[in-house]
Amino acid sequence: MNEKMSQAPLLEVKHLRKLFPAKSGFLSKEKTFIKAVDDVSFTLMPRETLGVVGESGCGKSTMGRSVLRLIQPTSGEILYKGQDFMKLSGADLRRVRSEMQIIFQDPYASLNPRMTVGEIIAEPLNIQKKYSSKEETRDHVVKAMEVVGLNPKYYTRYPHEFSGGQRQRIGIARAIVLEPSLIVCDEPVSALDVSIQSQVLNLLKDLQSSMGMAYIFISHNLSVIKHISDRVMVMYLGHVVEMAKKTELFSNPSHPYTQALMSAIPLPERHSKRKKIILQGDLPSPANPPSGCIFHTRCFMAQEICSTQKPELKDIGGGHYCACHFCGKCQQGE
Amino acid sequence: MSKKVFGFFNKQKEYEKEVLENGTAARYSGFYADSFKRLKKNKMAMFCAIVLILIILVAIFAPLLAPYDPTYQDYSAVLASPSLAHPFGTDEYGRDILSRIIYGSRVSISIGIVAQVVASLVGVTLGAVAGYYGGVVDSIISRIMEIFQAFPDLIFAMAIMTFMGKGVLNLFIALRLLTWVRTARMIRGSVMQLKEKEYIEASRANGASTFWIITKGLIPNCLSTIIVMVTLGIPNAIMYEASLSFLGIGIQPPTPSWGNMISAAQTFISYRPVYSIMPGIAIMITVIAFNIFGDGLRDALDPKLKS
Repeated sequence: MNEKMSQAPLLEVKHLRKLFPAKSGFLSKEKTFIKAVDDVSFTLMPRETLGVVGESGCGKSTMGRSVLRLIQPTSGEILYKGQDFMKLSGADLRRVRSEMQIIFQDPYASLNPRMTVGEIIAEPLNIQKKYSSKEETRDHVVKAMEVVGLNPKYYTRYPHEFSGGQRQRIGIARAIVLEPSLIVCDEPVSALDVSIQSQVLNLLKDLQSSMGMAYIFISHNLSVIKHISDRVMVMYLGHVVEMAKKTELFSNPSHPYTQALMSAIPLPERHSKRKKIILQGDLPSPANPPSGCIFHTRCFMAQEICSTQKPELKDIGGGHYCACHFCGKCQQGE
Repeated sequence: MSKKVFGFFNKQKEYEKEVLENGTAARYSGFYADSFKRLKKNKMAMFCAIVLILIILVAIFAPLLAPYDPTYQDYSAVLASPSLAHPFGTDEYGRDILSRIIYGSRVSISIGIVAQVVASLVGVTLGAVAGYYGGVVDSIISRIMEIFQAFPDLIFAMAIMTFMGKGVLNLFIALRLLTWVRTARMIRGSVMQLKEKEYIEASRANGASTFWIITKGLIPNCLSTIIVMVTLGIPNAIMYEASLSFLGIGIQPPTPSWGNMISAAQTFISYRPVYSIMPGIAIMITVIAFNIFGDGLRDALDPKLKS
């Protein structure tokens, strides 16, 4: 762990924002924006897994795609290995993109149905013009297939002939074939059966230990996050509300929202003593977020200050960041 | 980077070379070759392909195949019934019907194929541009398409023909103006839907150029739509030519076309039915052959339907 700390960060994201314009009316000149990602900052070390958790619509996926500039961020800074990724274009951008990959949620939509498995996995190599000869490319693809546990005899099969788990392996093979340093995993297991989920998660873990890439792992499943992450970032309505090392976050959740999420994890014991925190109300519209603390409308701890003053994301000790006026003061379930 | 590649991958077990050399990988030769293999298995489609090739050959070699000059008038044999000299009989000016059908195929096939291929190229390009870029470009192209779509096809073609005068070239233009809109609309819709797919996003994440995304991602997935549009469009264009000629504003006599032959034959339909039936059969065979071949091609291009 100390070794990791001394290294330069792989990725630094500062004040990342993504606003989507929303039309308010045909003739209205007033423009409203949906704040999908609002002022998100984090750093990612090489070989580290940052879990991103939050409920549907909180901006997790938009954040992941903005980091890769698949969605152009509205503002903010992205430093990849110290380079300003936001300012790159043309050949430089393509070169850096070879080191960043993405694994998608839906293994059915993420593979081109008109390409064979071999062509799909070879596509990154071909786009980057990595090898000049077809044989070299093919050999490399076959190796990548073996690494992710696909039989090379499936080279000429089409994706529709495979099950969800195998398709996700094809997606993973495509992501690792260029040996990237960073992979954004956008809910890679949420579309799979539970029995397949653990296989794919363990594959991702094994690949990380042998190839040494960093993951930004997006999921709404806390158990999955707990299994794979080194650090966890909790998002709510486009904001980071809490970020800490996995063990710290799971043993000592400080933000009321994180506490509510934790209390929702099902426990195997029948008569669990843990009190469940049931959040009131619905997720507010990201077009018109609440004033002050974005969570105060549903928070069981809310005081007057929460609706007027926005809490900063501050370090409450040991790299544990929390954005709440009452960080650590609130006890679970009170 | 390359050192890292081999350092990592060599730890994995060596893959067996024969899997690739003798296995399926060596036999695979690409998307289009693979599709052609599937097409060859479809007997009906292959039969129709042969019929179409024959029709095209007839059109090309019409002067060699036709027993008579299609405009030669033999007044000793007016409206003759089929005989050895005139297998399909003669028309009201004593012209040989078989020769006129053979020459008429030139007009019908060239109008069908050329008008449709040109219209499809225009339609696919404009539709793909509108769908891919969206925004202002899409609005402009869509409004133009709506203007063309606001008129009934046949009346629109008649208006153009009356405005520009009769003739083969003007007929081409009229048909092209009609048919590109439908193709463009279909392709625009497909592209708009496809460009949001995650596999397109995966290509973009790897730094693929717009050209790469269009040629590798969008076109192969739009291809079945394009094929259906073209193969349904060709018989449509042939039918439009026949309709316009039938109405007297298409191909002008004495140049033979299947349409104006039927038009001329309607007066004699009870006296000499073979005169109108023969060009009708020619249109029917061509149209059916294009439709069945198009269906087969569409199925062959879809790997999901591989048996």
